[in-house]
Parts: sequence; structure tokens; C-alpha cells
Amino acid sequence: MSRVGELLAYAHQMELEAQERYGMLADQMQVHNNPELEKLFRDLARIEGLHAADIAKEMKDRKIPDLTALDFEWPDAESPEAVDFGDVHYQMVPWQALQLALRAEQKAQAFFEHFVATTGDAEARRFAEEFAGEEEEHVALVLKELRKYPAPSDTPADDLDPPVGQD
Amino acid sequence: MASPEPPRFKPADYKSATKPVWCPGCGDFHVLMSVTRALAELNVAPEQVAVISGIGCSSRIPAYTSCYGFHGVHGRSLALGAGLKVARPDLTVLVMSGDGDGFSIGGNHFLHACRRNIDMTYIVMDNRVYGMTKGQPSPTTEPDWDSALSPGGTGLRPFHPLVIALASGANFVARAFSGLPNETAAIMVEAVRHPGFSFVEILSPCVTFRPDEHDWKGLVHAAPVAATDDPARAARRIMTDDGFNLGVLYRGDRRPYEAPASSAIVDVEALDREFEL
Repeated sequence: MSRVGELLAYAHQMELEAQERYGMLADQMQVHNNPELEKLFRDLARIEGLHAADIAKEMKDRKIPDLTALDFEWPDAESPEAVDFGDVHYQMVPWQALQLALRAEQKAQAFFEHFVATTGDAEARRFAEEFAGEEEEHVALVLKELRKYPAPSDTPADDLDPPVGQD
Repeated sequence: MASPEPPRFKPADYKSATKPVWCPGCGDFHVLMSVTRALAELNVAPEQVAVISGIGCSSRIPAYTSCYGFHGVHGRSLALGAGLKVARPDLTVLVMSGDGDGFSIGGNHFLHACRRNIDMTYIVMDNRVYGMTKGQPSPTTEPDWDSALSPGGTGLRPFHPLVIALASGANFVARAFSGLPNETAAIMVEAVRHPGFSFVEILSPCVTFRPDEHDWKGLVHAAPVAATDDPARAARRIMTDDGFNLGVLYRGDRRPYEAPASSAIVDVEALDREFEL
């Protein structure tokens, strides 16, 4: 990947996948009656959706490769900004949710920074710098949010309706 | 005049508005994502896909797709899927199940579905536990898994679905991990495209009753050798691997089952009249 069209296709896909995952996490929290985290994830999904829409505008008059979700070749197995559902728990608190978001945003920033460092295409670099800057803003936003919440103790919160004990 | 381009479906086109009730962290969320990506890759219209399931957490999945669905009787999803595929060979039939539904209650159907080799795809989300009923050992649970409901473990040898599938005649056998949704989707695509009965076992952690399955993420790895078309070789490999080899493990060339040409065509309205009171 080096040219503008490819970069925009990757950036757009990354934002769409992040939006999808945050949206699904919000749904999970809604179903499990955790309105505080539902709002947090909905807000994150909305922000990613706005980014996806902005990138879609840039894509409009350009030649964009026709890629399906499985065609993208990410540095790891999945899109950098996609939260791993396996790291989620029904008893999670805002601090933990924000840690997940922080990791995702940092990986997205690193993805674009790597692109900036390796592309030979000046226009693509300009876009990638802009995207990296936006991800950096997201990182700062999540860090600001994190200051509102203390880190939880290692002991999980009391569960009023626990699953059958396995100990 | 050039004919209009066929529609290009996106993963979101295969999702319903129903919100899954799985526990946060459940591997089945990723499996749902893989299914929608695989169907988008296949670019098959949602109304041309039927998702059939039995009972259990994983079997809720038809409701979360926009495809036709049938949330059937415990262990009988393969029988439903087989009947549907024979009657409507034009449909893409995905049968989705869990390790309890598929290998215990539906164990006998599993054997015979492999043997019949009807052209459909069987996807089992294996979490090695009955999650919906709160944590009983399933046919694939390790013998020493100690829990309140099985103190000291069951001591029973686990069922080995991939080897059973091979021995019974499945034409395509693969193992995937839910935490790698793109890889899993790619395997699903191949499974659907492969003629005959395709079986995909997906290791899908139950984080509520098997928190130890969080470790699977670090244990899974790509199978070190390419898929074979020799079932005996595939079985030997699977029997001796560590249980975490991922990828397509066997591609057979058996001819899929074809319904006899004399299959009855039934007039539905005439059938309705037969049952009129």
C-alpha cells in the first residue's frame, strides 16, 4: 500500500470496522444493562462514523481499489482500530473500557505513522499525516476521559446475579 | 446496452436489528462477524441464504442475521438443513451449532450428515461447555476440567469432531478460532464453495463459564502443513496435533449427494387442503 487511493480505502475500512465494533459493544452493554458504558461506546462509534463519512467524501472523485473486507492486509490479523471482543467482560467498568479504546486508537495512530514513514507518495503522506493527527487527538480524548475514572482494584465488583460458581 | 452491475453486498447487509444476548466477551460475537463477512465475500443475496440452528447460545445466531433462519429443535439442525438443501438446492445453507447441540444431542445426525455429503456447510462454535444451562461439561470438554458441576473433571475422553467427520465422510474439514474473524471468514468462504458437506469447527471461548479459554488466543496457530486430500493422513495429523492447529485440514473430492430426479414436486396449496379441518 503506498498510493492515495489505497490509503483512503484502508483508512475508510478501519473507521468502519471501529464504528461497527464500538456499536456492537454499545449493544452488548445495553443488553446487559450497563448504560454508562453503552453511552461511552455509542459516543466512540459516532466519532468513528463521522471520520468514515469524512474519508468517504475524499474518496468520491478518486480511483479507489475495489476491496472487500477480506482483501485488506493489516499489519496484524485484524484492523488496527478494532477492539477485540475477547477482552470485554460483563462486569467491566469505564476505566477498563477506556483502556480498550486507548489501545485501539494508539494502534491506529501507529498504523498511519508507519505509512507516513514508508510511503514515497507526497499526497498520500499528507493524508496519512492528517489521519495520524486525528488518531492522536482520539488518544488524547481517551486519556482525558480516563482521568475521570480511577483504576479499579483487582477484585471484581460484587455480582448480584453470578453465574454458577466454578471454584 | 450493458446489463446493470449486480449488487455488491456488504457485511452489514446480513445483520438483523436484533441485538445479541450473548455475554460480553463471548467468542460468538466474532463468529457472527465472520459469517457476515463471508457472505459478503460470496456476494450471495441475503434471501438466498438459510441459517439453520438447534439449541444453545450459538444457536441463537439465525436471529442476528437478515437471512432466512430456522431456530430448530435441539440437535436436529443438520436434519433441517439437509431437508432444506435437498428441496431447495439453489439456496446457500449454513447450519450452525455448538458442541453440545452438535456432538451430543445431535451426534447421530452429525455422523450421517457427513456420510450423506449433501452440499451444505456445518459450522460448530465449540466452547467445550454447555453455556446456556450454566456450565456443564460437554462432549468436547477436557477430562480434567474441574468445576462445581463436575468436581475433579468427568474423566471422560473428549469427542474428537474433526476426526469423526473425516471417518464419516465429510468432504471438507477445517478448524478456526473466533478471535481471528477475517481468517475464520475466509475459511467459511472456502467451505461454502467446496462441493459437498463442509465442516468447520470454530474454537469460540465461553468467557463466563470457561475463563481459562481466554488463553486460546495465545495457543492457536496456523497448521504447519497444507491441507491434504487423503482422509487417513488428515486424521493422523489431527489426532496428533495440539488441538489448536488452524486452517483447512482436509479437502476431499467425493461427489455430493444429488436428490433423485423423481423427487416429488408438491403443490403447496394442495398440501394445505389435505390438512384442512
